[in-house]
Amino acid sequence: MIQVKELRRSFGPVVAVDGISFEAGKGEVLGLLGPNGAGKTTAMRMLACFIQPDSGTASVCGHDILRQPVEVRRCLGYLAENSPAYGEMTVGSFLDFVCDVRRINGGKRKQALDRIVPMCSIDSVYHQSIETLSKGYKRRVGLAQALIHDPDVLILDEPTDGLDPNQKHEVRALISKMAKDKCIIVSTHILEEVEAVCSRTIIISEGRVLVDSTPDYLKQKHQCSLDEVFRKITRGKSR
Amino acid sequence: MHSFWAVFKRELKSYFTTPLAYVFLVIFLFFSGYLTFKQGFFEAEQADMQAFFMNLPLLFIFMVPATAMRLWAEERKSGSIELLLTLPVTVVQAVLGKFFAAWVFLAIALALTFPMVITVCYLGEPDIGPIVTGYLGSWLMAGGFLAIGCFFSAVSKNQVISFVLSVVACAVLVFAGMPTTLNYLSTFLPAGLISAVESMSFRQHFESIQRGVLQFSDLSYFVLLIIGWIVASTVVLEERKAS
Repeated sequence: MIQVKELRRSFGPVVAVDGISFEAGKGEVLGLLGPNGAGKTTAMRMLACFIQPDSGTASVCGHDILRQPVEVRRCLGYLAENSPAYGEMTVGSFLDFVCDVRRINGGKRKQALDRIVPMCSIDSVYHQSIETLSKGYKRRVGLAQALIHDPDVLILDEPTDGLDPNQKHEVRALISKMAKDKCIIVSTHILEEVEAVCSRTIIISEGRVLVDSTPDYLKQKHQCSLDEVFRKITRGKSR
Repeated sequence: MHSFWAVFKRELKSYFTTPLAYVFLVIFLFFSGYLTFKQGFFEAEQADMQAFFMNLPLLFIFMVPATAMRLWAEERKSGSIELLLTLPVTVVQAVLGKFFAAWVFLAIALALTFPMVITVCYLGEPDIGPIVTGYLGSWLMAGGFLAIGCFFSAVSKNQVISFVLSVVACAVLVFAGMPTTLNYLSTFLPAGLISAVESMSFRQHFESIQRGVLQFSDLSYFVLLIIGWIVASTVVLEERKAS
């Protein structure tokens, strides 16, 4: 469902993403791992058509990110880092706005809201303005926004960052629950999360793909914990 | 089209969910009334709204950039632009949605000056034509200022910077057409350039519309000005959205 071919993007002299390629299909939860500044967010932003690549291309659900950015965004749920939203709006009116843009109207809207609000546990803050919410709730509102149209492809940039252990567990359970019939890309630097939810992992450093494998295989191959594997691979690279 | 409407609706609502709209409306209505009466509305003993419309460009120089400065600067600063532009919305739809929402908001502000019209009608028998075209001209002028403000809001993440830059740009366009400026320029510029400067300025076009003369050249001036700055905003935003 996702095909990435030689994506490259630089900001001035800094090469953020340096020709990455991979594919991901239905039922896969792909963990994008890497140290800070490795290019994870830039790669995800390009897939979500927020920024354009300098060269290379990618397709999401068969739509090219350069030629059909609107179609790509239509079939994609994207949760950006820090889950940005409009602070002055209430959770309810914010989700209404997202439904407006995504053309979810009438009965379908009611169905979508009835499904998503309990799923992300935001019933209690539904009428509260977003700027008054805690980080965990803001993240859940972001998730609700990304899931409201039941997309085939989900791209989540550090979805559990800043959540308490209970909330982290809930979000991971949610991701695992949805994994069967979606294609999900999760970026994170929490390695236990990769072990908990990801069926496959890609380690990126300095904009390049270093490893594309399953977490179990990596552990077996290196005979150590994923934590150590990560250190070996990314540090070895920077030396 | 639905994306445009969604952005438009959200933006227009957001004016009224924050104190911005109310602060703006109160100050705008106070000064538009105050300046009219200070100008000698009663002393002139004429049943028209010249004194009211005359001061609007000056008031708009400050008020319209204040409405426009948040359009994109806030969006970029808070990061919500990443949310907006990863929804199925194109940059053009987003720019137009926000621009029209702000323009409609300014139309509401102008409409709320209706007590002036009632006053004039009560005191005498005014010619309705120039009043209608006066409002139309004022609204078009507000649109021009707004498009300029929208551009500078897209240029800088900082609302204060975008406010100052758009005030300066609007002031240049208004004051370039003042007789004093033109007299000064005529001391060293050729006549052709002087008339070019004059026709580039808001003043001449606004005044002729406000007198009740609807000319194609004046209307197209405002329309082209708005389109030009909106296109520029779109280009700048496309370039800078992620920076």
